[in-house]
Amino acid sequence: MIERATTRLHVETQINGENTDYLCGPEQSLLEVLRDVLGLTGTKEGCNDGNCGACSVLMGSRLVNACLVLGAEAEGQEIRTIEGLAGPDGLHPLQQAFLETAALQCGICTPGFLIAAEALLDRESEPSEERIRFWLAGNLCRCTGYDKIVRAVQLAAERLRQAGQLREMEVPT
Amino acid sequence: MGPMPFAYLRPTSLPEAIALLAQDGGRARPLAGGTDLLVQLRAERYQLDRVVDIKAIPELAELRYDPVDGLTLGAAVPCYRIYEDPAILAHYPGLVDAVSILGGVAIQGRATVGGNLCNASPSADVTPVLAVMGAICMISGPLGSRTVAVAEFCTAPGQTSLDNGELLVSIQVPAPAPNSGAAYLRFTPRREMDIAVAGAAAWVALADDQRTIAEARLALAAVGPTMILVDHLSEALVGTDGGEAALEAAARRARDSARPITDMRGSASQRRHLAGVLAKRVLQVAIERARQAFPPND
Repeated sequence: MIERATTRLHVETQINGENTDYLCGPEQSLLEVLRDVLGLTGTKEGCNDGNCGACSVLMGSRLVNACLVLGAEAEGQEIRTIEGLAGPDGLHPLQQAFLETAALQCGICTPGFLIAAEALLDRESEPSEERIRFWLAGNLCRCTGYDKIVRAVQLAAERLRQAGQLREMEVPT
Repeated sequence: MGPMPFAYLRPTSLPEAIALLAQDGGRARPLAGGTDLLVQLRAERYQLDRVVDIKAIPELAELRYDPVDGLTLGAAVPCYRIYEDPAILAHYPGLVDAVSILGGVAIQGRATVGGNLCNASPSADVTPVLAVMGAICMISGPLGSRTVAVAEFCTAPGQTSLDNGELLVSIQVPAPAPNSGAAYLRFTPRREMDIAVAGAAAWVALADDQRTIAEARLALAAVGPTMILVDHLSEALVGTDGGEAALEAAARRARDSARPITDMRGSASQRRHLAGVLAKRVLQVAIERARQAFPPND
């Protein structure tokens, strides 16, 4: 009975590389915290039960659905959201590839797909089409039919590989 | 409407967690991956006074393989830690079958085997494969510790043998016997991110000739109120080389053991049929793995 109900929790975390702290209710999801408390509305709410992947974010290096994580569980974690994807020099190669190949229509699923795809390409530089489709199975898109999304991820992977090779060539011998 | 406010607590020791869970009777629940609990709270299936996050308790986060003692699988270990562990990939491919098709990648980043067991869904993927491998639930509660076989842990849909205040601490999976193999297969309309219409897990051990089946177990998912261990399987398989006639006899016993219902995922007759088909196929995989198996100390 002592700690019952409306107590707000103070949570210290890191979001997109910046130390961040916030107050949240114990029942608030990380998704609600991101959108309603911190104003990071790039992460979308779709089904709110772990089926659609619109709220995909990275926690540590893990892809998670922010709707299935409590705000309180982010204590001490490193969170990465769509707002942290583009670098100082411009769009992330995945964002660029999605734009060029028209891998989106209405766009509500796009931040989730980008974060999920980034989690894959961080692990594997040359995923097969089957691997990409399996990895992205937790993200739903009702516009594109998925094919353009898969092609965009393949294009971004290819460009990231080329960039990696260029960097290797530039290393002074 | 979201869930009603509850207290969130994150104990760092087992006695602390048990005390917190025991205090309010049924109004407290453990939180592991949250992929079932948070959905159920949001749907107002029940209301809680407190949610006890068990991920900071060392015993529940343990994942350790020992060639003699087998696998200690902490109840709060998420799926990805299991299929990314080289020792588990080598020695427990049947468990890997189940945890790598449970939800999608984002679910596997959070969801736990312990949670899948405690949620006690008839379609749970991990329960049958743990049961055929002879896994044991290690339980702690206000009155002490006890063990229950995974095969007996779930008692009805959503019901387990845990008493108030008791916590599933870990699952102990025996070290694989030489020349044994296990596998899990399920039928779903969509290959990933789906829930089993029916599932089957098999475990077989071969005799020294590496062909004759010495022991076999088969368990079914989603064709009854709990996982079902198939009766009289030995009579169909033991002493045979797992050929077509033996597999057909095993499939008949699987169909006979099934007690399916009709629901949105499939009809009772389709499920009974699937129990037979999956039984055959999963036994073939388990037999193949047993033939390729090497002694655990290699």
